[in-house]
Amino acid sequence: MMKTLIKNGQLIDPQNNISGLFDVLLIDDKIEAVAPQGTLVVSDTKEIDARGLVVCPGFVDLHCHLREPGFEYKETISSGTASAVAGGFTSVCCMANTHPVNDNATVTAFIQKQVRETGYCHVYPIGAITKELKGEALANIAELNDAGCIAISDDGNTVQNARLMKIALDYARSFGLPITTHSLEINLANNGHMNASIMSTKLGLKGLPNVAEDIIIARDIMLAEQSGAHLHVGHVSTAIGITLVQEAKERGAKITCEVTPHHFSLTDEALVGYNTNFKMYPPLRTRKDIDALKTAFKNGVVDAIATDHAPHGIIDKELEFDRAAFGIIGFETALPLSLNLVREGVITLEEMVGLLTVKPANVFNLSGGTLSQGRFADIVLFDQNASWTFDEGKIYSKSKNSPFLGTELRGRVIKTLVKGRLVYDVSSGVL
Amino acid sequence: MKFTRKNILGIADLSREEIEGILETALMFSEVNTRAIKKVPTLRGRTVINVFFENSTRTRTSFELAGKRLSADVVNFTSSSSALSKGESLLDTAKNLAAMQPDILVCRHSCAGASHILARYLQSTSVINAGDGSHEHPSQALLDMMTVLKVRKKVDGLRVAIVGDISHSRVARSNIYCFQKMGASVSVVGPASMMPSAIKDLGVDVHYNLKQGIEGADIIMMLRIQMERIKQSPFPSLREYSRYFGLNLETIKTLKKDALIMHPGPVNRGVEIDPGIADGPYSVILDQVTNGVAVRMALLYLLSNAQSMNL
Amino acid sequence: MTQILNKESFEEAIKKLAEKIREEQTDLNNIAFIGIHTRGVHLSNRLAKIFKNSGVNVQQGILDINLYRDDLSQSSDKPILKETKITFDVSGKIIYLIDDVLYTGRTVRAAMDAVFDLGRPQAVHLVVMAKRSGRELPIDTNLCAITIDTKQDDSVAVRFEETDNVDEISLFGKGEQI
Ligand SMILES: [Zn+2]
Repeated sequence: MMKTLIKNGQLIDPQNNISGLFDVLLIDDKIEAVAPQGTLVVSDTKEIDARGLVVCPGFVDLHCHLREPGFEYKETISSGTASAVAGGFTSVCCMANTHPVNDNATVTAFIQKQVRETGYCHVYPIGAITKELKGEALANIAELNDAGCIAISDDGNTVQNARLMKIALDYARSFGLPITTHSLEINLANNGHMNASIMSTKLGLKGLPNVAEDIIIARDIMLAEQSGAHLHVGHVSTAIGITLVQEAKERGAKITCEVTPHHFSLTDEALVGYNTNFKMYPPLRTRKDIDALKTAFKNGVVDAIATDHAPHGIIDKELEFDRAAFGIIGFETALPLSLNLVREGVITLEEMVGLLTVKPANVFNLSGGTLSQGRFADIVLFDQNASWTFDEGKIYSKSKNSPFLGTELRGRVIKTLVKGRLVYDVSSGVL
Repeated sequence: MKFTRKNILGIADLSREEIEGILETALMFSEVNTRAIKKVPTLRGRTVINVFFENSTRTRTSFELAGKRLSADVVNFTSSSSALSKGESLLDTAKNLAAMQPDILVCRHSCAGASHILARYLQSTSVINAGDGSHEHPSQALLDMMTVLKVRKKVDGLRVAIVGDISHSRVARSNIYCFQKMGASVSVVGPASMMPSAIKDLGVDVHYNLKQGIEGADIIMMLRIQMERIKQSPFPSLREYSRYFGLNLETIKTLKKDALIMHPGPVNRGVEIDPGIADGPYSVILDQVTNGVAVRMALLYLLSNAQSMNL
Repeated sequence: MTQILNKESFEEAIKKLAEKIREEQTDLNNIAFIGIHTRGVHLSNRLAKIFKNSGVNVQQGILDINLYRDDLSQSSDKPILKETKITFDVSGKIIYLIDDVLYTGRTVRAAMDAVFDLGRPQAVHLVVMAKRSGRELPIDTNLCAITIDTKQDDSVAVRFEETDNVDEISLFGKGEQI
């Protein structure tokens, strides 16, 4: 039996409404107790001094790409989860657009085996909605559910056929499986590469208009409301998109949504210079959209901050802008960017922790995201004020495609524990 | 004036003074181009590589001639998109080119920003953007400006109408910037389906009717309809486009007496312009071609670091 | 700074130069002056005026030698080209290239190249106000107003009323403000 006491920290556990000077005791891989500072007196305990740090449940990411199987040159489950724990994430949900696609139980089982053997944190596979993400025929959704997929998504693609989407929602509902979406109407997208705006006009790049995202969000909300299925709208980036979600929630629909750190941090003006590390889907939008997203955070419309961690190798990114892949890595910058929302007064520190822990966990019914007794001891310790420069040498992901390279960030993960085991320490790295 | 730029990537980057400096220099080269021997030894020993990822015989020939008249060693490096499908990326090409240590690289590419990417990787080579996707075509705008200046002496206060597929036109973008910087006011004319949604933010007037759009204009710039670049056509047929947005003998009756008609070439006769107009008195289309060589000589010269020493 | 020619002696020196050219040439109708930018043009104009006063109209041209320089290099100082305007045919003409100072000889070399690109003159002569030390090419002339022995770091300034508000020739030593 191993006992660990994390003491003197500012403990935040939104699930149990705790925020203050509390210590937490772990026994082996579980949470044993949370109590006011100094009140837990235990012998034979390994102690971690968290003075000056925030102690909270490990972060939960509803949206990432671990690339294994098939694209191991971009990322593996090992490197991806190393990057996750370095960013404070202890549970991540990985999208189905691997090769082969996670559209059957064999692939799901392979991912789970790789996680057991090489992973640093909990990984929850998301299965495909349609076979090979082609948008033509449903994947074996019940089989994926049984195999352990916690949601289904064609992320990377959108199910363009509205009838097929309706069937998918109905079918998934039968098994209580949420559907999470990537919203892009392919004809309106017209092979665009960045937000359609004054910037795309100036840069001469084909634009992805907001409406290409909005129209699918609207469609899927209507379909989900009619079906009664749980729709989780992935990476909402537009003012109208987030308003559609808000209105659906007000009607009592079973709709949840996530927003990525880059979408509330950067605008399309960052694309001057054609740096492909600023190319992602949805594209970086405008100040107006960011303002709407922040208002939504303020009003509690957003259920989760999700990274959409999407590693790509040099051969995918060091290309002409039109030819470069969409996507950026996100685990290791999520915390400092989220803390900006706190510093700007958009949300409280407690709310931010909630958006990275219990709220996303609840979206997909995951067990993480709280420090309740008996739960796995998945814990992160972070310094909300530490300033550091994000550069290639510090990145644990196999890929370095971040728009924040060379940027000074504020807020840093100090330690990450998964099932009571220290897996990341800022001074010694991923363990 | 001192010209300190390493690259010419777009008109958007240039100041009015720089544009004027380039054009003054180009006028000097016009004189060279009227000589019996149209060649000066200025860039002897310099290497200019024309990298054309997208075909354009006209622009390439113009840069080639400009380089040769300045006695530079000019090499044409044509990499079709088939080379890219063989796995050669822009950066592979860039690294190969860097190894050849050219002084100046002239790049034409179908992707916006390609020249920017090359310029970033080729630290000791000057890059001239000879057209990148729908972004910019700076030497075209400069030669258009030179053509106007030769006839009208002054651009301040002139009214320019640019007609056609504004969405996909790098010529339109470069000319909007160039004419605005030189003090002209610019209108864009065409169906709304050929306008970028944010075009008004560039400070132009937008017209969806040809007659209204060109009324009172001093310069009418007709853009080429590039059928190959438009997958889902933003207009129903060439015939309908030509009828509503092409310049014909009827529409030019409403033009000012001294209006100039320009076209970046090659002209789709009978589509954008009635054949009778392209060769008519308003047209300065061939002057544009002549001035193109002088402007490109000026760009090559200015990027080649001329310096003064004991003479 | 040492003034070598003042306003009066400057004027006098130009007259003497004109005299020398006149003595040298039998066919004054076939000569032409080509002034090299900027101060060579002033000298060319002054000489032409003197000839005109004595009834000889000499054809004049202006030459910018920037395109013919041999020293394009990695400096940020990039001169904008000046006008080259030679409206007559140089072929068969006796050309007088005119500049303010003869120093390394490189300008004259460049100017000769430029002239030969325009045609084949019968002869080319060189006229300067001042000859200083420091030749790097086998170029010389007797048609000069003054010869100055200089050290390497010295500077010779030939100033013309037209652009410098004064007619004079001065010698500046190392470090002296010109
Ligand atoms: Zn997505």
